[in-house]
Amino acid sequence: MTLLAGVRKGALGVAWYVKGLLGEDAYEKYVAHHARECEAEAAAEGRAPHPLMTEREFWRDQTDRQDANPQGRCC
Amino acid sequence: MGAASSTSEGTTREATALKRIPHDLAVALDPEELDAHDRQWTPLKIIIWSAISLLGGLSWVMLAVVRGETVNAIWFVFAAICTYLIGYRFYSKFIEKHIIRPDDRRATPAEYLADGKDFAATDRRVLFGHHFAAIAGAGPLVGPVLAAQMGYLPGTIWIIVGVVLAGAVQDYLILHFSMRRGGRSLGQMARDELGVIGGTAALIATLVIMVIIVAILALVVTNALAESPWGVFSVGMTIPIALFMGCYLRFFRPGKITEISIIGFVLLIAAIIGGGMIADTDFGQTYLLVDKVTIAWGIIIYGFIAAILPVWLLLAPRDYLSTFMKIGTIGMLAVAIVIIRPEINVPAVSEFASTGTGPVVAGTLFPFLFVTIACGALSGFHALIASGTTPKLIEKERQTRFIGYGGMLMESLVAIMALVAALSIDRGIYFAMNASPALTGGTVQGAVAFVNGLGLTGVNLTPDLLTDLATNVGEESIVSRTGGAPTLSVGLSQIMQQLVGGTSMMSFWYHFAIMFEALFILTAVDAGTRVARFMLQDSLGNFFPKFKNTSWRPGAWAATAIMVAAWGAVLLMGVTDPLGGINTLFPLFGIANQLLAAIALAVCMAIVAKRGLFKYLWVVALPLGFAAVVTISASFLKIFSTTPAIGYFAQNRAFSDALAAGETSFGTAPNVLAMEAVVRNTMVQGVLSIVFVVLAIIVILTAIRATWNAYRKNSSATSEDDAVQSQIYAPAGFIMTPPEKVLQAEWDALPVHKKIKVKGH
Repeated sequence: MTLLAGVRKGALGVAWYVKGLLGEDAYEKYVAHHARECEAEAAAEGRAPHPLMTEREFWRDQTDRQDANPQGRCC
Repeated sequence: MGAASSTSEGTTREATALKRIPHDLAVALDPEELDAHDRQWTPLKIIIWSAISLLGGLSWVMLAVVRGETVNAIWFVFAAICTYLIGYRFYSKFIEKHIIRPDDRRATPAEYLADGKDFAATDRRVLFGHHFAAIAGAGPLVGPVLAAQMGYLPGTIWIIVGVVLAGAVQDYLILHFSMRRGGRSLGQMARDELGVIGGTAALIATLVIMVIIVAILALVVTNALAESPWGVFSVGMTIPIALFMGCYLRFFRPGKITEISIIGFVLLIAAIIGGGMIADTDFGQTYLLVDKVTIAWGIIIYGFIAAILPVWLLLAPRDYLSTFMKIGTIGMLAVAIVIIRPEINVPAVSEFASTGTGPVVAGTLFPFLFVTIACGALSGFHALIASGTTPKLIEKERQTRFIGYGGMLMESLVAIMALVAALSIDRGIYFAMNASPALTGGTVQGAVAFVNGLGLTGVNLTPDLLTDLATNVGEESIVSRTGGAPTLSVGLSQIMQQLVGGTSMMSFWYHFAIMFEALFILTAVDAGTRVARFMLQDSLGNFFPKFKNTSWRPGAWAATAIMVAAWGAVLLMGVTDPLGGINTLFPLFGIANQLLAAIALAVCMAIVAKRGLFKYLWVVALPLGFAAVVTISASFLKIFSTTPAIGYFAQNRAFSDALAAGETSFGTAPNVLAMEAVVRNTMVQGVLSIVFVVLAIIVILTAIRATWNAYRKNSSATSEDDAVQSQIYAPAGFIMTPPEKVLQAEWDALPVHKKIKVKGH
């Protein structure tokens, strides 16, 4: 049981790392940021928050931003 | 003076208003506690560091003093890792304490500019991987291979010592300085610190350097794929695979990056296996066996199309594949080298180090070793990455040491492994593969005659060795496969086949390695063209405002076409060069990269001086001085040397004179056309050398002037962004220290709603 739990923990750790490295967690981070800041800020100012992008919209927006702001890769 | 001081007026903000404990918990460790932990030498710590020092010392003795008949590869790995650990623990800490002076009470741009997209605090371990994947490319794999002709010792010393004292210092400083300035780019920092003249020179130099670097990377791929149906098939298949991945992510399952990367990886392996089956068929021999010039044109056309296509279709998916392959293959090679521990049968220092007549790249050890190996020891290009994405993602200030300095140490380790892989192959084969076709005639007999004629002790090449190896790796021929990539692939396949598959798997491993290098070179070509296009549009925009609008299609296409034409011309020049190509162009690549490093370090020096840290200025001045001496003397040799193999203009004169004398063949050029090509090429290369060196001297002089002004005025000004109170906490290094563990546990126990205080945008 403890061994199994250890393996499980290790596998989850690897999955977390690979996702982070490839940037798969970008949408989760965006949603968390939105919930934390934009909504609270809007509530404080008594207005509706900026609408949250859907997952599909977010990824399109992300590649569009890369289009407009290219980053070099090293040699 | 001028622009330099105008940006820094009245910006000496003492960070006294910042609190260590803004709300419930501390966001930074107590500096005294931190210091005490560093100074407390427990017996265990003493034992560990003594062991590291002893092992490192022993490894260096084995490499540099004992120099037996053969040297085991493991000593390279131990010497490197132990030296890195010592450099990281002591030298980078010293720099942190006296120059960087990080303050975890200050919010990083990822916190105070947080937008959940471009500025987003990222876990330090993940960001380390990110940063490493962005800085490590083909450079650290190619340079050490070419420098191996001078023996194993010079390259090893330069890679290991160079990274600790120069390369990692540059990356660390630029990353931190850019982070303190909201993630400002190198170009902007140069303008702020060095004024308009220095800033403009730095900008032009960056643009020209980008062109050269893209061209030479493309030349490396061209040389690896020419006359190789297998390589053309498997690398060609990466394009449809990437397109498929792009569409999958766009239309089918957005955001499922890991999933599609695994699918893409399986398809890549299938493409490599498929290439092996197709190479010997009629189809393969008729359509995929193409010469260098055709491949070069293919890459030029591909480069243009790839750079104007939207990012999601080709660049982004190939980037995922490339990251996947890069980390995986490098890890695999490291494990294989440690398990197999190949014996290396190469002299410590070969005669070419002093005679300068090496067939791979001409020139003596000083200065040409230091420009042949750029990436892995000191790479200016990293300054563009360290002032790009990474500083916008850092969670806490103290993490820059781990990410900036540590990330570069990792790249250096890659360079050491590439060197080991190249050194592990037979020396005769090494020279047969890396001598230009002009020397070997491109035939097995020619190569054997040439290599045995070099008179190297212990080298006895036979035709069978070359033909057998070519069959084993699934190539038509391995003679004169210059550029470094094929040599590294042979080395990697020889090491890997001992671990998995034996001789029958060699061809797979060879093409796996070629694919791995081609993937990220093609990504670098695409991304480099895009970045250069934006820089060009930005500059053109000063004269034709319409160009500033980067979404204006005709402007974007025209700027892309100009940049592709620029690197395409250099690429074609290298491919058709009667003198060989890589051997004449690679020094330009190294000089360009090191000049960029000199520019980056010059900016760092000005910043350090303006903060009034003159006592520690040597930390920056030392690598800057070295980079300046190396690149300027290498450039001068390339411009003024009277030895035709080294001096571009000497070569130019020799061929012009021969043409004027009515000769119809000269040196390695068989006819008048080829002789005219040499005259043209050497002129272009010579002029480029002059442009580089003039720009670099301007930048360095403006940096010295900025430094002197700061000294005279006893400045303590800064062009940093205003300090903002941090509200979050994260540990600094890979492993948490005991005080960090305690604080982290407190943060983990804190209720979620209290963890982050809301702040305005």
